[in-house]
Amino acid sequence: MKRIWLVVLLAALAACTKGGEPEKAQASKETEAQVDLSPAYGDTFVDASIGDASTLLPILATDSASHSVAGLIYNGLVKYDGEYNVVGDLAESWEVSDDNLTITFHLRKGVRFHDGAPLTARDVEFTYRVTMDPNTLTAYRGDFEPVESVEVVDDYTLRVRYKEPFAPALISWGAAVLPRHLLEGKDINTSELGRKPVGTGPFRFVEWLTGQRIVLERNPDYFDTDPDTGMQLPYFSRYVFRIIPDLGVQFNELMAGKIDMMGLKPLQWTRQTDNERFRSQYNKYKYLANAYTYLGYNLEKPMFQDVRVRRALTHAIDKNEIVEGVLQGLGVPATGPYKPGTWVYNPDVPKYPYDPDRARELLAEAGWTDTDGDGVLDKDGKPFRFTVLTNQGNDQRLKTAEIIQQRLKAVGIQIEIRVLEWAAFINEFVKPGKFDAVILGWTITQDPDLYDVWHSSKAVPGGLNHTHYRNPEVDDLLVRARKTFDRAERKRLYDRFQEILAEDQPYTFLYVPYALVAVSNRVHGIRPAPAGITYNFERWYVPKALQRHAETP
Amino acid sequence: MLGYIAKRIAFMIPMLFGITLISFLLMHMAPGSPTELYTELNPKVGAEFRERFEAYYGLDKPLPVQYVTWLGRVARLDLGISFSPDKRPVWDKIRERLPITLLLNLLSLVLILATAVPLGVISAVRRGSQFDRTTTVLVFAGFSVPSFWLALLLMKWLGVDLGWLPISGLESLGAANLPPLARFWDRVQHLILPVFVSAVGGLAGISRYMRGSMLEVIRQDYVTAARAKGLPEWRVVYVHALRNSLLPIVTLMGFWIPALIGGSVIFETIFAIPGMGQLFYQSVMARDYPVIQGILLLGSGLTLLGNLVADVAYALVDPRIRFGRT
Repeated sequence: MKRIWLVVLLAALAACTKGGEPEKAQASKETEAQVDLSPAYGDTFVDASIGDASTLLPILATDSASHSVAGLIYNGLVKYDGEYNVVGDLAESWEVSDDNLTITFHLRKGVRFHDGAPLTARDVEFTYRVTMDPNTLTAYRGDFEPVESVEVVDDYTLRVRYKEPFAPALISWGAAVLPRHLLEGKDINTSELGRKPVGTGPFRFVEWLTGQRIVLERNPDYFDTDPDTGMQLPYFSRYVFRIIPDLGVQFNELMAGKIDMMGLKPLQWTRQTDNERFRSQYNKYKYLANAYTYLGYNLEKPMFQDVRVRRALTHAIDKNEIVEGVLQGLGVPATGPYKPGTWVYNPDVPKYPYDPDRARELLAEAGWTDTDGDGVLDKDGKPFRFTVLTNQGNDQRLKTAEIIQQRLKAVGIQIEIRVLEWAAFINEFVKPGKFDAVILGWTITQDPDLYDVWHSSKAVPGGLNHTHYRNPEVDDLLVRARKTFDRAERKRLYDRFQEILAEDQPYTFLYVPYALVAVSNRVHGIRPAPAGITYNFERWYVPKALQRHAETP
Repeated sequence: MLGYIAKRIAFMIPMLFGITLISFLLMHMAPGSPTELYTELNPKVGAEFRERFEAYYGLDKPLPVQYVTWLGRVARLDLGISFSPDKRPVWDKIRERLPITLLLNLLSLVLILATAVPLGVISAVRRGSQFDRTTTVLVFAGFSVPSFWLALLLMKWLGVDLGWLPISGLESLGAANLPPLARFWDRVQHLILPVFVSAVGGLAGISRYMRGSMLEVIRQDYVTAARAKGLPEWRVVYVHALRNSLLPIVTLMGFWIPALIGGSVIFETIFAIPGMGQLFYQSVMARDYPVIQGILLLGSGLTLLGNLVADVAYALVDPRIRFGRT
């Protein structure tokens, strides 16, 4: 359940395709014409979340709530910009050696932690050391596993050497840099910094009322400035993270104007916010989320081993109907594991449009015909029946399963739907491979490396390649792509990878939903980009005349 | 009397022990484990993390060892450390939520008693009247309406459309900067909806109990005798009958003690109140064994204590029970 919310939250706050334009309210534009809309300091931004943070030490946190707050308190060496380019954060510049094995980072000078201590390369080296420390209960050790050594050249220079070239290496240095002077020699697992964080980020910690809210205030010493105005960032005086566990209540709070941003459900987007009162208070932003839903087949089962059968299944499912029926049109059919509109996405892969006749033909070719006239295809005396499993608490997946059930019935395939509690679903069925087919979703990561999901070595019990897809060419492509830094070359490799997946159809890729976000229309400076809208949060502001909260410094 | 209490307490110990054992086993038999929250379908996390996590919390040891270790800690009044990434002591987590749930449930209990007792009495005295029939319908409607639905409806109406009351949470954002009286009023406004909604559900039970109990008492001979002596009706009802008819309610109050700290998941989720119900739900979903065990221990301890208090109270007001048992 928690995971589902997590995906929803990520979807709401994550990336988008080009052209994700806000539905600006006409009324607000008219008022805007009469007031000074230039960037100004002050006001409070009130965010809402369904779950409280667990810890504000990002190295220990695994939930999106913790990371979204900690992301405003800490900086990494690098970060993604709106176009998914890796840009400097605490690092001013870096060089990658010719053999792709060494990265030398040059840090910004004059950056201070919120307690006034200067940030140096030693803090970065400490962060690496504490992540790799076997006593640290962190889930992010894998990020630094390919590192051979980290060397502090001087206070502002750091040299990292890798065991072998590893393309996702650079962005792994986007991990939050921790204050060495406060953590060295202490048990990080129980450090008080988990409740009272000290970082270098645009906002510093004020208070955390468990289950109620986390309050941050503007860091007056923040190193970054707005390139357009030359003003020091951030603009907001305060950031409040409210915990409102029920999405219906969150929506009521939004309608009452008590929160400034919220991810909407399709029904809220199409119906409940389609009125003048809402438009006069909020702008709506729509862009593709970083997630997709799929129907995955267990390739160990004889009935799914023939590629013609899998292609027939995809032909028999109307993805557009699912997008319309389940997402109210607020999504796009998926054709592979990457998001349309991003650099790695290959639009030219084989597609299988809804075509039940073609599905029947392919099934007949594979030997599936209705010999006994009972309406269900059979082969060697066995009817084409299977069970689709999905998890409880996700209505969209259940509705998707029901639509698929009807469509497959029309071509003579009978499916049964079983909905299971998440832990039982994953542990008892998915991990041990005890399933025919599953409806699940993946988050689309910003780096395209999908070795862990699609490489043959991961087709083992507990591995993430739970459909047990094995293809030597895919294995080779995935290994080569993660060692290639050149984007054009990487794209070529991933293009071929997507083609093979589309030909083999180990999954029927179903849909990529839209992230649907409402933001108070007094907030300016939002620039929708492929990475979503929140990537430049520190540049958001409320013009003086529109400011609402009096807690200005 | 003291002997009776001592016996009851002695009987509570094996009961408490049994409850902890069953809850411990049930929790560990449920699918899923605390590590899964981090490792499930996460490409970056390997088996090595799971091993480190399990070793850190002693989850790699056999179940009987884990249980005995836990029991040993509890004997030293230590509920352990939460498995959540914040790794805070379980007691700290319970302690910060307990007052909130307690305050809300006490307020709601006061509201229920203040409404249900008079309603029950009047309904009994005017049995079959228009008032009685209307009250019956209304309290059962309140009992049947799902609290989340009523809560959302009132929020929409009073919070969004009319803007009279805050929708969720315990105080406004700037409340800390308000003068004491204004801050108090802000808190009261935030409590109106939650207390009202939680009281609506509880009203039916108590008012019906009160009505039934009152009906039984006013049929007694001593009430007839009081009437025959020519006492005014209000005196007969509110002085002679009421005291005795309150007895079953006293027993009910005993059962209310654990409910006072238990909190409600649905209710606390809707009003964004960080109480015990929410903590318990989150802990179960995260398989945070120490927190679950801690809350269960507290809950079962208080249930047993509540029963004891109820029985003692009953025995105090009605000596027949005390003598009957000892």
